[in-house]
Amino acid sequence: MREVDTNLVKKTVKELILKANVFLSPDIKNELIKKEKEEKSEIGKGLLNVINENIEVAASENCPICQDTGMCIVFLEVGQDVIFKGNYIYDEINEAIREAYDEGYFRKSVVGCPLRRENTKDNTPGIIYYNIVKGDKVSIKVMPKGFGSENCGATKMLKPADGYDGVIEFILDTVKNAGSKPCPPMIIGVGIGGTMEKSAIMAKEALLLDINHKNTDPYYAEMEKELYKKINNLGIGPGGLGGTTTALGVNILTYPTHIAGLPVSVNIGCHVSRHTQMEI
Amino acid sequence: MEKKITLPLNDDEILNLNAGDKIYLTGTIYTARDAAHKEMVETIQKSEALPFDIMGACIYYAGPCPEKPGEIIGSCGPTTSARMDKYTPLLLKKGLKLIIGKGERNDEVENALKENRAVYLAAVGGCGALIKKCIKKSKLIAYPHLLSEAVRELYVEDFPLIVAIDAKGNNLYKSEMKKYQK
Repeated sequence: MREVDTNLVKKTVKELILKANVFLSPDIKNELIKKEKEEKSEIGKGLLNVINENIEVAASENCPICQDTGMCIVFLEVGQDVIFKGNYIYDEINEAIREAYDEGYFRKSVVGCPLRRENTKDNTPGIIYYNIVKGDKVSIKVMPKGFGSENCGATKMLKPADGYDGVIEFILDTVKNAGSKPCPPMIIGVGIGGTMEKSAIMAKEALLLDINHKNTDPYYAEMEKELYKKINNLGIGPGGLGGTTTALGVNILTYPTHIAGLPVSVNIGCHVSRHTQMEI
Repeated sequence: MEKKITLPLNDDEILNLNAGDKIYLTGTIYTARDAAHKEMVETIQKSEALPFDIMGACIYYAGPCPEKPGEIIGSCGPTTSARMDKYTPLLLKKGLKLIIGKGERNDEVENALKENRAVYLAAVGGCGALIKKCIKKSKLIAYPHLLSEAVRELYVEDFPLIVAIDAKGNNLYKSEMKKYQK
């Protein structure tokens, strides 16, 4: 057994949030630089140039990359040999969010009630997922998720008869409907299988993967490749103002499902899809 | 075409802006997004005065990050315009002339822009750190309870924008995407 103080979890989450909102991960950063060279549309090329300059300015001036510093999603993978001591972990994570959004001068974008819509003024609560895994480590992944892109996601309970083609069609329709709204070029996270909510969580987790990641099952690696090509042929382009760069990456996660079902979820990340992780 | 423009603009100057033009805008603009739009439309329905003179005005769909000590404003890029579609035709009817945001608009907004000789300008989404540098003055003028969604009067210099929908009804989102569809 290993004791982990929940205060260490708090400190780590805070550090990860402060980093995520200012510094973009190298996979996305490098892909955007590459795409600026390859983009066929002059308008699109110009927009990618501005996007790349913004990433540099944010990092050098320690300024949030985007004013939508998001609703904070925290994934915790807790080794089953870990015993937490200290304050309640949920409170510590929310305290980390409170402190990070205050000290980072990040925007507080959370409303306490979805219909009465009063701002909670400290960006809490976060969305926190706990998962028990083997070992005695705690892996923490943090994703401040902007809602321009979050609003463009979708879940559909397809019929088994819809099959492979039905899944492709639903994903392409979702991206087409998103169009210019989620700040393209976008990152596409897909969850196939499980139950309704399982597919949605997998779609979110797919956005945490490196954009160059390939599904370990060649069948799905091929599907990712096909989707990447088809999405980039939609013509949406940077900012939705046309071009050859619409998706920076497509990642699929899957899970076994019921004989009667084929749940599919698509979660979209913007071109500044921010996430960081650390193991303690 | 690249143009430098200084607000306010008269009708001829508005009509001279064409979809696809890259412009650098200087002048006073007002931030308003979801919650401020809801309040402004309710204000109009009650026949009360809006927090700023809407005749000829320019609204920027934005909710900035808080400013650090010594700064004018925090990161301040555009938010997705489509969420304001429901409120926009009424504001255009009341005299709104320029709108800055990101992403496509619905047909009602496109028609209202044409009818009221107004333009929709696209800022680059996700680039709040860079846009912040164009903002030289910022003052909260209404709805302070809305926090980042409050109405701010900004003075901007050379704010880089693209004319996305012009006053003649040309829509860059519709024309450009088609060119690259395969």
